[in-house]
Amino acid sequence: MARRWTSPKAEARRAVDTGQIISGAGHIGLIAWLLFGGWSAPDPLDFEVNSVTTVSLEEYAAILSGTPVPEQPAEVSPAAPQPPEEPQEAPDLTSASDAAPDAPPPDPASEAAPDTVPQPPAPPARAEVSDEPPSFEPPAEDMAALVPESALRPKQRPAERVAPEQVAPPEPDTKVDEVVREEAVPDEAAETPSEEVEATAPEAAATEIVTEAQQPAPSRSVRPKSRPNRPAPPPESERQTAEAAPRPEPEAAPDGPAETGGIEDALAAALGAASDTPAPAAPSAASDTPAGPPLTAGEKDSMRIAVQSCWNVGSLSSDALATTVTVAFEMTEDARPIDGTIRMISSSGGTAGSANQAYDAARRAIIRCGARGFALPVEKYASWRNVELVFNPENMRIK
Amino acid sequence: MMPRFLAPRFLALLALCAGALALPATAQNGPLRLEITEGVIEPLPFAVPSFVSGSGASGQAAQDISSLIAADLSGTGLFREIPASAHISRITSFSSPVQFADWKAVNAQALVTGSVDADASGRLTVQFRVWDVFSGQEMGSGQQFVGTAAGWRRIAHKIADQVYSRITGEGAYFDSRVVFVSETGPKDNRAKRLAIMDYDGANVTYLTDSSSLVLAPRFSPTGDRILYTSYETGFPRIYVLDVASVNRRSLPAQEGTMSFAPRFAPNGETVVYSVEAGGNTDIYTMDISSGTSQRLTSAPSIETAPSYSPDGRQIVFESDRTGRNQLYIMSAGGGEARRISNGEGNYGTPVWSPRGDLIAFTKQSKSRFHIGVMRTDGSEERLLTASFLDEGPTWAPNGRVIMFTRETQGASGQAGLYSVDITGRNLRAVTTGAASDPSWSPLQ
Repeated sequence: MARRWTSPKAEARRAVDTGQIISGAGHIGLIAWLLFGGWSAPDPLDFEVNSVTTVSLEEYAAILSGTPVPEQPAEVSPAAPQPPEEPQEAPDLTSASDAAPDAPPPDPASEAAPDTVPQPPAPPARAEVSDEPPSFEPPAEDMAALVPESALRPKQRPAERVAPEQVAPPEPDTKVDEVVREEAVPDEAAETPSEEVEATAPEAAATEIVTEAQQPAPSRSVRPKSRPNRPAPPPESERQTAEAAPRPEPEAAPDGPAETGGIEDALAAALGAASDTPAPAAPSAASDTPAGPPLTAGEKDSMRIAVQSCWNVGSLSSDALATTVTVAFEMTEDARPIDGTIRMISSSGGTAGSANQAYDAARRAIIRCGARGFALPVEKYASWRNVELVFNPENMRIK
Repeated sequence: MMPRFLAPRFLALLALCAGALALPATAQNGPLRLEITEGVIEPLPFAVPSFVSGSGASGQAAQDISSLIAADLSGTGLFREIPASAHISRITSFSSPVQFADWKAVNAQALVTGSVDADASGRLTVQFRVWDVFSGQEMGSGQQFVGTAAGWRRIAHKIADQVYSRITGEGAYFDSRVVFVSETGPKDNRAKRLAIMDYDGANVTYLTDSSSLVLAPRFSPTGDRILYTSYETGFPRIYVLDVASVNRRSLPAQEGTMSFAPRFAPNGETVVYSVEAGGNTDIYTMDISSGTSQRLTSAPSIETAPSYSPDGRQIVFESDRTGRNQLYIMSAGGGEARRISNGEGNYGTPVWSPRGDLIAFTKQSKSRFHIGVMRTDGSEERLLTASFLDEGPTWAPNGRVIMFTRETQGASGQAGLYSVDITGRNLRAVTTGAASDPSWSPLQ
């Protein structure tokens, strides 16, 4: 369908009109909200109206003379205790953090390679028969007598020349080197002139065939490693990406009889599936990042001491002083508690009312001393993002 | 059918599958868990900005009520008032949102806001709220009291009771009264009469004249009656006085005996007291209505100062049956008593705590008098005071504070009332005048 052409000026005017309409509507809405905002104001706070008439001493005496004691003010209904959340399992941070990541198991295929059925040796090259018998040198005087004579190698014949002529020397402008390197010539078109490099190349041929026997034997042999070396640490950027989604290597299927191969495959498949399955979303984002290095005892003590300095139990009742509460909360990266996440997850040793009082005191301590941020290393944020503090007033009770 | 040699592997497969499925869960990082075992014991900073005065002549009442609330809370030693000069915010409307940042800045951890309105007849309507400043949450819900202008002190005490309970989690005692013996005159010729006052020493009212010696008044569990000992007839006799009408009557007593140290049972109908006859003092109970009495002890020693446990099942008393005054506990019906005090010195005037967990007592040791508390089994004895003469403890309704008599030394010395927290802190003088033998009423 053909589109009607409009001039740019008309389109600009239309855009201005639209903006004015939106602006006008917005202002009208703002004015209306200011005028009638009370309709949408939040509900007022709860207010318990308990009209308790207070009387003078004379009136009080008159009341007491004929009637029972005036009613007490309505009992304060303590806030309904938060249902204690199911305590999370607290895995051992130290062991979890200290556990070295499992090294990738050795590739069974690579290990099995040496065990493969040896191939029949290639037929030896047809040697020229010499009429001269091999000459044996007598063993040295100090050689051990037990050394079997068969272990002695026959004296090698002199190597033959394979090249009837000397190999032509390399090009004069090519330097003999182990690395093949192309000659770099200045490129006039290039903005950055490249450094001139002299071309190098390995020696094309030797004048003699150097056999294995002439090669110096290694002084020692290196045993094959039971497992491959730990891979070199990737660059920082790659490491962060990899840490964000750790994926354990699938374990090698154990060796076993051929008839149990199905079970082995199933085991491997199950483990592989489990490792490939992404971790379920954690209640907090702490699972997004690894725990990192664990907090040291000193770092833990610094936070403990900070909270203790703000944990004021002076105004708690004796019942509250007999109540231990566990308070959980999350912290921001600058080590400040997030007020909305502070919650009591368990209590012991007291009533619901005393637990609430103890929790209030604990919450005040967390908020007060956390307002400036606790002294915790940010690189270990994942270790202290979620915190559980057990406030045990055992030592603070009135005795 | 599965071959036998495959069965263990199949089970292993199942176990591995279960373990593999659980791997992601166990791989999660646990929270940082620390145990806090040491805290600080210091008064909780709070602020009570002057209540907002509304209609009528409520301005002065608003100022007085908020000041008395602050005084009540500060007087406990558990709270410390942030003075008004340090306040950043001003509460100009009771319903306006609280600027918690301003109160955090002055380290006020609890905040009490309120308003006072007065109608044409002078009746006051007082509303208040209690806030936890650092969490920004209200503690409990708002409440309103209505009373006469003359009764503004009681309104303030009731509000202070509510604030105290919401913060500490235990009962309060501000809206309570104390009956005591008011003393006038020189030390060797003192006139004594019963008086009643608010817990803080205000509103003193006299219940008897000073024509006869009176001793040891005790409130009933409901606060409407008072037992006391009077020498009106020359011999000490026990009287029961109605607080409202100030009418009194004596309890039946045998001629030639002395009755003293009365105290109500928790049911309010039974009185336990001591009777001295023939040089021997024992403990009796009496039903107030019928006048029938029952003897509980019969040892050839002095048993006196009985006090019921809150459940009414036991009685603690003092006895010199071992040569020195010590504390004993027996069943409310009498019988074998067990000694609970074992320290050096003499113990007397035991009083069972309203909570039932402690017993307050007077102790004389090494020429010093002490007020102390101990567990009901005699353990954890703790002396709270020490002076020339401290005696006669009485418990606040919440079992947290003890009031007692302290008498200063010398010819010009006089008795006065003091209070102390059961921790031994916050020792305060209650009255400025001479007074003794206090008895704390229940919460009104």
